Amino acid sequence: MHGPGEFELSRRGILVGGAASVAMTAAPPIAEAQEAASAGAGAPVLARVTLKVNGKPHTLELDTRTTLLDALREHLQFTGTKKGCDHGQCGACTVIVDGRRINSCLSLAVMHEGDSVTTIEGLGTAEKLHPMQAAFVKHDGYQCGYCTPGQICSAVAVLDEIRAGIPSHVTGDVAGKPAMSAEEIRERMSGNICRCGAYSNIVEAISEVAARRKA
Amino acid sequence: MKAFTYERAGSPAEAAAIVGRTQGARFIAGGTNLLDLMKLQIETPTHLVDVNHLGLDRIEATPEGGLRIGALVRNTDLAADKRVRKDYALLSRALVAGASGQLRNKATTAGNLLQRTRCPYFYDTNQPCNKRKPGSGCAAIGGINRSMAVIGASDACIATHPSDMAIAMRALDAVVETVRADGATRAIPIAEFHTLPGDTPNVENTLAAGELITAVTLPKPIGGTHIYHKVRDRASYAFALVSVGAILQKDGSGRVAFGGVAHKPWRVEAAEAALAQGAKAATALAFAGAKPTEQNKFKLVLAERTLAAAIAEARA
Repeated sequence: MHGPGEFELSRRGILVGGAASVAMTAAPPIAEAQEAASAGAGAPVLARVTLKVNGKPHTLELDTRTTLLDALREHLQFTGTKKGCDHGQCGACTVIVDGRRINSCLSLAVMHEGDSVTTIEGLGTAEKLHPMQAAFVKHDGYQCGYCTPGQICSAVAVLDEIRAGIPSHVTGDVAGKPAMSAEEIRERMSGNICRCGAYSNIVEAISEVAARRKA
Repeated sequence: MKAFTYERAGSPAEAAAIVGRTQGARFIAGGTNLLDLMKLQIETPTHLVDVNHLGLDRIEATPEGGLRIGALVRNTDLAADKRVRKDYALLSRALVAGASGQLRNKATTAGNLLQRTRCPYFYDTNQPCNKRKPGSGCAAIGGINRSMAVIGASDACIATHPSDMAIAMRALDAVVETVRADGATRAIPIAEFHTLPGDTPNVENTLAAGELITAVTLPKPIGGTHIYHKVRDRASYAFALVSVGAILQKDGSGRVAFGGVAHKPWRVEAAEAALAQGAKAATALAFAGAKPTEQNKFKLVLAERTLAAAIAEARA
């Protein structure tokens, strides 16, 4: 749960920041308090977990119900990872855990003891973009940008999956090597929904990175 | 989500014993289905037993020439296994037809078999559902039931089983290995694993309380052309309206199981004798006694056409 230092920060936000920052800083604790209250007889259970996020270990005391997504966003302030549907349908929460992309909303933080998590913040920085980030900028692979961190984490993992020979629904011969093609990329990215419909530019961005790294 | 305690089991037998003796306990593996349902309070376990670190994540050759797939093998790893892609291509194809890349990286072999239905009334806690709340009724029967079962349903439930993988497992004659709460092990043929809804749609398989799936075994390969055709409303990342998993031999014989049509993978061995005569004859036998609704009777036509496409592909 939140330590005293974070609580003070929230109070400060309320005092100096006005209504807008009240909503921003106070919302997560209120949501958790309501969830705990609705548990009725079953009181909240706390557990300690250590996650390695973007190369750095973090030890947290969390409600067992905390998803990996909420641990990243609300407890470690890695807010690059987004909460879209919170049910594994949209892909906005995609992060890379021990080299594999997953929906962080459908995974409990306590189940990731010792795991290495890479979020969008760990792929690149504003000064030094990851090649996939740079390609999304170049090809305008977004409009509102909300799904973008998930799209980019997913895209980086997709290229690794194709290189590793993992078949997909559009792979002609599942016993053979899948092609690094736009068709394969489209199918493999189907778990990342873009409400703005930037799909064609997203495929162009990923295809450019795929071609560059193939050469 | 209701509050719960959490522990990591030390062995499969210990996990089974804990869940067997603890009221409200559930196993958690990939968690992609269970956590979704827990967020909606459709599932409300009070204790979770994590079975992710028990060494059940290997695929091994069996002395009989088949494969033993650990219960915790992820869908991605199973679909990508060289032996599966070569000798059990139907299984690879069915796996990659389901869910998304992210979900397949977490979802496990056993968890996939145990998926709950995606019936929208099961998910809507404001509606009656005999599967979610026994005795409350079925909102799907008089509701929007285009996606529901056309055969094997009951007056209590017309939900379908959502798994693609299970369709392939059924056609491949897989066997489910388990350990029970008392430590005893057993092997359940896949044909006897999933159940029809009858009067107890809340019961979906023949596992006992606390019984843990440890592996799924496949008999030695049978050759043939392996085809999985999935017909759905979107080209990707959607559940099947109808799917056909077929293994077809050069002499016209074969096996076929259907998805999206019943409470369990639908395979009628007697209907397979008619495969050589074509899709019409085989589906007529496989769907004898079907009771579709006005909204989903298209599935019977779709099943025949999808099988016809599979047969044509095998002959090409």
